[in-house]
Amino acid sequence: MAEYKTEPLKCWQKAKELRLKYYKDYQEARSKGGIRWTGGAWAFDAIPAGLGRDVYNVTGEPYAASLAFDKKLSMECLEAAEAKGWARDLCSYMRNYWGSMYLGKYAFGGEYPEPDFCFQDHICCSHGKWYQHVAEYKKVPYFCIDVSVGPYEDVDENRLMFVVNQMHESIEWLQKITGRKYQDELLIEAVENETRSTSTWAEICCLNMAKPAPLDEKSMYSLYVHGTLAKHSREVADFYEELRDEVKYRVENRIAAVPDEKCRLMSDTQPPWGFLKVFRYLEKFGAISIGSLYTFGLIGIWETKPDGSWGPRTTPMQKGETISSRDHALRILADWNLSKPEWQHFYDPNLKTEMMLQIVKQWQLDGVMLHLNRGCEGLTCGIMENRLGIAEAGVPIMTFEGNMGDEREFDEKRVIARIDSFMETLGMEMLEPSANTASP
Amino acid sequence: MFARFFDWYENRHDYARKWLEKNGGEVVGCFCSYAPEELIYAAGLLPVRMLGSHEPQDVTEPHIFGMFCPFCRDVLAQGLKGRCDYMKGVMLAQSCLHLRQSFTSWKNHVPADYAFYLYMPNKVQTDHARPYFKGELEKFKQSLEQWTGRTITNESLQGTAELYNENRRLMHEVYDLRKGPNPPVTGLEAMVMVASSFFVDKKEHNAELERILPELKSRRLDRETGGRLMIVGSENDDTEFVKMVESVGSSVVVDDHCTGSRYFWNLTQFTGDIMQDIANRYLDRPPCPTKDWEERRRFPHILNLAKEFSVDGVILIQQKFCDPHECDMVPLKEFLNSNGYPTLFLEFDVTVPVGQMRVRVEAFLEMLGVEELF
Repeated sequence: MAEYKTEPLKCWQKAKELRLKYYKDYQEARSKGGIRWTGGAWAFDAIPAGLGRDVYNVTGEPYAASLAFDKKLSMECLEAAEAKGWARDLCSYMRNYWGSMYLGKYAFGGEYPEPDFCFQDHICCSHGKWYQHVAEYKKVPYFCIDVSVGPYEDVDENRLMFVVNQMHESIEWLQKITGRKYQDELLIEAVENETRSTSTWAEICCLNMAKPAPLDEKSMYSLYVHGTLAKHSREVADFYEELRDEVKYRVENRIAAVPDEKCRLMSDTQPPWGFLKVFRYLEKFGAISIGSLYTFGLIGIWETKPDGSWGPRTTPMQKGETISSRDHALRILADWNLSKPEWQHFYDPNLKTEMMLQIVKQWQLDGVMLHLNRGCEGLTCGIMENRLGIAEAGVPIMTFEGNMGDEREFDEKRVIARIDSFMETLGMEMLEPSANTASP
Repeated sequence: MFARFFDWYENRHDYARKWLEKNGGEVVGCFCSYAPEELIYAAGLLPVRMLGSHEPQDVTEPHIFGMFCPFCRDVLAQGLKGRCDYMKGVMLAQSCLHLRQSFTSWKNHVPADYAFYLYMPNKVQTDHARPYFKGELEKFKQSLEQWTGRTITNESLQGTAELYNENRRLMHEVYDLRKGPNPPVTGLEAMVMVASSFFVDKKEHNAELERILPELKSRRLDRETGGRLMIVGSENDDTEFVKMVESVGSSVVVDDHCTGSRYFWNLTQFTGDIMQDIANRYLDRPPCPTKDWEERRRFPHILNLAKEFSVDGVILIQQKFCDPHECDMVPLKEFLNSNGYPTLFLEFDVTVPVGQMRVRVEAFLEMLGVEELF
């Protein structure tokens, strides 16, 4: 008999529809006279939103994750990139994306939709180069904002203004290449939506402190993704509020993601998208991954509360602040993003270790699984120092090698064997099959 | 003629220890060639570029994941093995994620009194980078002053910038001699000349350059020039490799490496605002691929070098797993080939398989039609 009741998320179908609508809107934008652009999931998507309500984007990382989930298509894309001569150890999202572009195949059916321009930001070595190549290959204009001005705790006026000034420059550039007049009110609206969506996502993650956890990480991947697609959009901000209310209901009614929850873990970095079943394997031991710095902080925006705990960052609207001008909006947007948890470790792995240990403590975890992800140099930057720091703090930790977007670098049997050993270390045994099924 | 440079290069740690005995002050290890060494030198310190030792090692395994470049791990290994125990300060000029990890792990595990992370912009092409980087240099200056207890005056910065410019001018003069049909300098000598300048007080380095230059102009090497090659790519101070290349009927006449021409190519232009002038010099440098976007400014520079030095072919080398160079390699190869320059791509590790690479270099030279082979 399972310990807790479980049931699928009511808004699961809506999450799927919203995601498909996003990719379809991009595909159909041009036929409706709209604009489409491509760039990274961390690009300041609120900025092109000022060009009009008919501006749609495809962000490269989640798009490539969708490709990676389709193993056959992914292999075609990876081989197309390799045939051009690109190294196999480059970012696997980038290689999947480029392959899709070379083949002219869109992961959601039909031809790869040509972007009108590329708009990116840069914190990882691959960021600036990724869309430099796309822009050259597709012969479209390209703008990239450098955000590598140091960890948030050290951000001062000089560093903030370097980002803000580039944002202003990007707006001039957008007007020039599109011939459209920029609408500050749309920018302000997008910034309000972005702060609302990314803070609300952090609020949802906080609800996972509950025992039993209302969400498991495998399901969270399908939910956090909206923030990587269009964090600036009203639809995403509204959806996250709806999701938050449902997750609250699950907490109040002790509706579990994993009905036999006995052991709480966190992972790190992007998962191997073609092998998400490893998360279901954990459940056979009553183990649940409640999230990670990756799922919490890739798009979620957080702050340290007066009592020292970690919680959703207070939005300008919650503070009663009215965004009054373009410059004001851009300052908020820059400051907001520079506090992104997943940007901090680019400067010092100790900052990430501290955040991970905070999650271990606050979410009451029993162990940590680090994915040594060969597909992403950005999120694995400093990861071995994180391993040392977490182990030194006395937290059980395991590592497994893989690749988020290249299945050739994932040894499923070996990873399962390592999980078995880790479970044994934690004193967990394989459970009898439960009558309940896990969410969603 | 280049014996002193070879001695400095091979005995860099001895040199640094002797410098400390003689001058006092401290030695500051600089991660990446974007480090604004002028500020360090003006504080009475000796800036020293961090390089590896080209020896297999495993001490970095617990610290840097194996998918990062062998160079960054080799650099960290020097600290973990205690080879730089005389070095009391380290600083990083922000560039790639790889070398950044050598610095952050060094900070965690190698004793040092001083560590500074300079947030050098990656987008060097925007005008906004100029005031921003000047502001970051001011912070670095203040930090050095606080550590050393010495004030860095504008006059001392100006003097140091001129000293560094002189070093750059002198190395340019040596490089210029390689443009002719019979270069009086081998690629190996040029590589060691530049690499030794990372470790040596620029006053001494300048004096040695001034000593050899007059003699060098009339020097006749007892060897055929053979195929005129350019080497382009990641960090490279692999002397064994260049020695091999030049032993099979060719000469390396120019390079685009951060350990070579990129380090000294452009001069500081003085406008009366010395901190801004130093900032501009680093922003305007021939770029590392990690800072070469949105526009490609690196490729035209490389093409100019190929033309100026009458290059027959280009060896593209890349440290294994070096993402920034991997991102440039495919378009760079196409670019050079389309401009009539044949290329040979070779991947480097901490040690290189010289025998295998010899076969490939020989085949490349044969393809270039270098008769000296036979």
